[in-house]
Amino acid sequence: MTKNVLAVDDSTSIRQMVCVTLTSAGYTVVEAADGCDGLEQANERVFDLVLTDLNMPRMDGLGLVRALRELPAYRQVPILMLTTESSDEMKSQGRAAGATGWMVKPFDPLKLIEVVRKVIG
Amino acid sequence: MPLQAGAPPSITDDAAGGCEYLTFFLGDEEYAIDILRVQEIRGYDPVTPIAGTPAFIKGVANLRGTIVPIADLRIKFGVGGVEYTPFTVVIILNIGLRVVGIVVDSVSDVVSLPARELHPAAGLSASIGAGFLRGLGTVGERMLIVLDIERMMRSPDMGLVDPDDAG
Amino acid sequence: MSIDMRQFHQVFFDEAAEHLGQIESLLVSIDLRRPDDEDLNAVFRAAHSIKGSAGTFGFSDMADITHVMENLLDAVRKGERALTADMVDACLAADDILRAQLAGHRQECQVDPAPAAAIIERLTRLLPAAPVGQAPAVAASADPLPVRESRGLQADVFDVRFVPEPAVAAQPTLQDNLLDELGRIGGVEIVYRPPPEADDARWWLKITTLMPADTLQGILDFMAAPGTVEISATDGGAPAGEETAYGFFDPLPDLPAAPVSVPAPQAPPREPAGEAKPAAGADTSIRIGVDKVDQMINLVGELVITQAMLLQSSQGLDPVLHERLLASLGQLQRNTRDLQASVMSVRMLPVSMVFSRFPRLVHDLSRKLGKQVELKTLGEHTELDKGLVERLADPLTHLIRNSLDHGIELPEARVAAGKAPSGLITLSASQQGGSIVVEVGDDGAGLDRARILAKARERGLPAPDSLSDEAVWALIFEPGFSTAEIVTEVSGRGVGMDVVRRSIHALGGRIDVKSIAGVGTRFTVRLPLTLAILDGLSVRVGSETYILPLGHVTESLQVSPDMIHSLSGEPRLIRLRGRYLPVVALHREFGVADGGTDWCAGIMVVVEVDGVQMALFVDELLGQHQVVIKSLETHFRRVKGFSGATILGDGRVAMILDLQALVAGARRLQSVAA
Repeated sequence: MTKNVLAVDDSTSIRQMVCVTLTSAGYTVVEAADGCDGLEQANERVFDLVLTDLNMPRMDGLGLVRALRELPAYRQVPILMLTTESSDEMKSQGRAAGATGWMVKPFDPLKLIEVVRKVIG
Repeated sequence: MPLQAGAPPSITDDAAGGCEYLTFFLGDEEYAIDILRVQEIRGYDPVTPIAGTPAFIKGVANLRGTIVPIADLRIKFGVGGVEYTPFTVVIILNIGLRVVGIVVDSVSDVVSLPARELHPAAGLSASIGAGFLRGLGTVGERMLIVLDIERMMRSPDMGLVDPDDAG
Repeated sequence: MSIDMRQFHQVFFDEAAEHLGQIESLLVSIDLRRPDDEDLNAVFRAAHSIKGSAGTFGFSDMADITHVMENLLDAVRKGERALTADMVDACLAADDILRAQLAGHRQECQVDPAPAAAIIERLTRLLPAAPVGQAPAVAASADPLPVRESRGLQADVFDVRFVPEPAVAAQPTLQDNLLDELGRIGGVEIVYRPPPEADDARWWLKITTLMPADTLQGILDFMAAPGTVEISATDGGAPAGEETAYGFFDPLPDLPAAPVSVPAPQAPPREPAGEAKPAAGADTSIRIGVDKVDQMINLVGELVITQAMLLQSSQGLDPVLHERLLASLGQLQRNTRDLQASVMSVRMLPVSMVFSRFPRLVHDLSRKLGKQVELKTLGEHTELDKGLVERLADPLTHLIRNSLDHGIELPEARVAAGKAPSGLITLSASQQGGSIVVEVGDDGAGLDRARILAKARERGLPAPDSLSDEAVWALIFEPGFSTAEIVTEVSGRGVGMDVVRRSIHALGGRIDVKSIAGVGTRFTVRLPLTLAILDGLSVRVGSETYILPLGHVTESLQVSPDMIHSLSGEPRLIRLRGRYLPVVALHREFGVADGGTDWCAGIMVVVEVDGVQMALFVDELLGQHQVVIKSLETHFRRVKGFSGATILGDGRVAMILDLQALVAGARRLQSVAA
């Protein structure tokens, strides 16, 4: 069964890149343009993995992580933050919000596949 | 049979197998063009003449909403009578991305002509232009003048393209 | 497997261009004293977003600039720094350089790196001073993370900044030695090397090396002033104070334990995160290639033609016998028109696409000229064809520059004239019938009648004192005419109002000017709604039909023999209300053998192009209608005298006249007549 990934990023180009990369690796990817959009998608179905940008309009990545963790279906779903800053502050905020891990942008598409494989196989 | 010495280079362009040709008449002469360039054959409908173009460019016609130029090869080659009868036909060609129509007296046949059966055509090239002849071919008793229609239509003499995008 | 990143470039280019536009428009309108938090956040986010994607797609030059911009904006939005005019200017300048870089990447050509390095330096200087010598990155992070990914044997890129020892700074050979030394351990890229005697003597290098940071530090210690060395590891342009590319906060669960058996989600949570309301219709647009839209427009054009043909063939039918057919044809006609209108609307863009660039222009120019100018825009939502929007930018830019430079007075002069020190430029757009009207008005000094007349005489133009104001103002559109006594940097450059008029005419539009001394000047540009459809007047010449652009037609009339004047024995001119108009006989111009030759039997159509009036002699007027413009060049080539062609109701092709080309010939005649 193919695994479903939700990719949340306000940048169309990054979103497309994530989508094409993971699709080519055999995953099914649904895109969302910001936290609100992402939350809406997450309410439609349960994804196996959520990848989210941090800085987004309307609802940012941390807000999305917190909101997702309130949903019973998303208690266990791995959530990775894609971020340009890997500061300790960001990490502690991410951990507190309930994220599973982080990945630094910019990243190589193959690296993305590698990380996603590690998380959901 | 060995490949004819002195054959124009474009013969070898289409691999060794040669290709299929559409043949048509201009007056008494039978010409052949690569059938892959032919989009369709239509009757001759009056066209809209355009001032300031050579006489062999009859004008432009409406081909299902696009505007295509129509050239009369009989005028261009100076052969045959220039009459427009119910049998006069227009061959619509695809030259690159462009669509162009040529007026001929009638369409006669589709023939397969191996490249090795093309002979160089000395002397004929004066009216047609040396670069535009692939050679002469024979099918049974008939002699065919084989044109490199694509090169001809793209050439500046035809005045069908702007000189700056003729490439 | 490999992923070709180039497939995302186009999307990135469009997205970055959008962000850059947003940054500019927000910054230009920002209130320095009380900047809006949401605006600052939006600017920050835009810069941040460009940085992230630029880095990902390998455009590190753009990532470098946006990185510094982002830091600066972050400090401002967090209240660590107050926003200053300098910051806004620096960010605007950075925006420009980013645009240039973007254009360079679009065309896959090299962009001069010097401005980028300079702007990075300028932005960096505005940043809160970082504690000197405390390199944030070199010390390993103390946070013990459960899972760590090592980079393996991979070269690191270090950002290195330092101030050289005075002795080194004074001696270029020593500097070269240093660079050689560094070159021995890896690749050295000079991001910024201060010119001799610069105030800020800080160097900035990017060094790619397998060696650890200590080795770099060791080399630099010899040459750099003590305590000035900063080394940080970067990751594709963004200094990442972290050697890991990713990590997990907790050990991952064994894979099969992934949430497979979770129950289906229920209704949305009560109140997930405060303001998180899904905005209705916020993102309901799609990006679509212009070629697809144009194909749709073409097809609808075909449909309109087919419909017209059907209507024409139905005309002889008995309305009683064919009542239902005729009613359906009427319905088809209405539906086709509606469909055409809605398809055309896809190509329509709000004029704000052009207007949005002018606040910046006015901001920059007024500072440069020492003038106070407010720009007011009205009707930005007015829509017009994409092709027009793009080609309107240059003429409007010129008109606004002109108003700023020649119209609006210096503050002192304004006060002396009893006006407010700050001038006002109004830019407005509105739809009036089938046209779009764009106006550029200013409340400046107005045009100077005496000076224009003097200048006209100087250029040998007929300019009697009796000329009406309107005729005097029209003189400024003559080639080579410029009333500015000094050619200024702003609107000098040899571009005159004649170029503006020509480009407006090329769009099928016209431009007029009104002015009152001391009160101001107003330019009015009238444009067709779209480039794909033309309001045409069809005329018959012999058995041919030609289409004239209706916008240029001023009247049509039958002439009597006494109105006709000959030159060298041939009728060439007509006299109309005291003026001689050159006549272009279309049958002669286009070699139509069966065209009428008796001027008194046919019709004269008077047209005005580029300020020149002429009469076209035709056999008959056939009617006015909108025609779909077809390019001749798709399958053929440009033909002198025609701007395109169209397909008539009966399926025949009719040529659309290029009046600009015809007027060139008529001009010669007119000069003979004068």
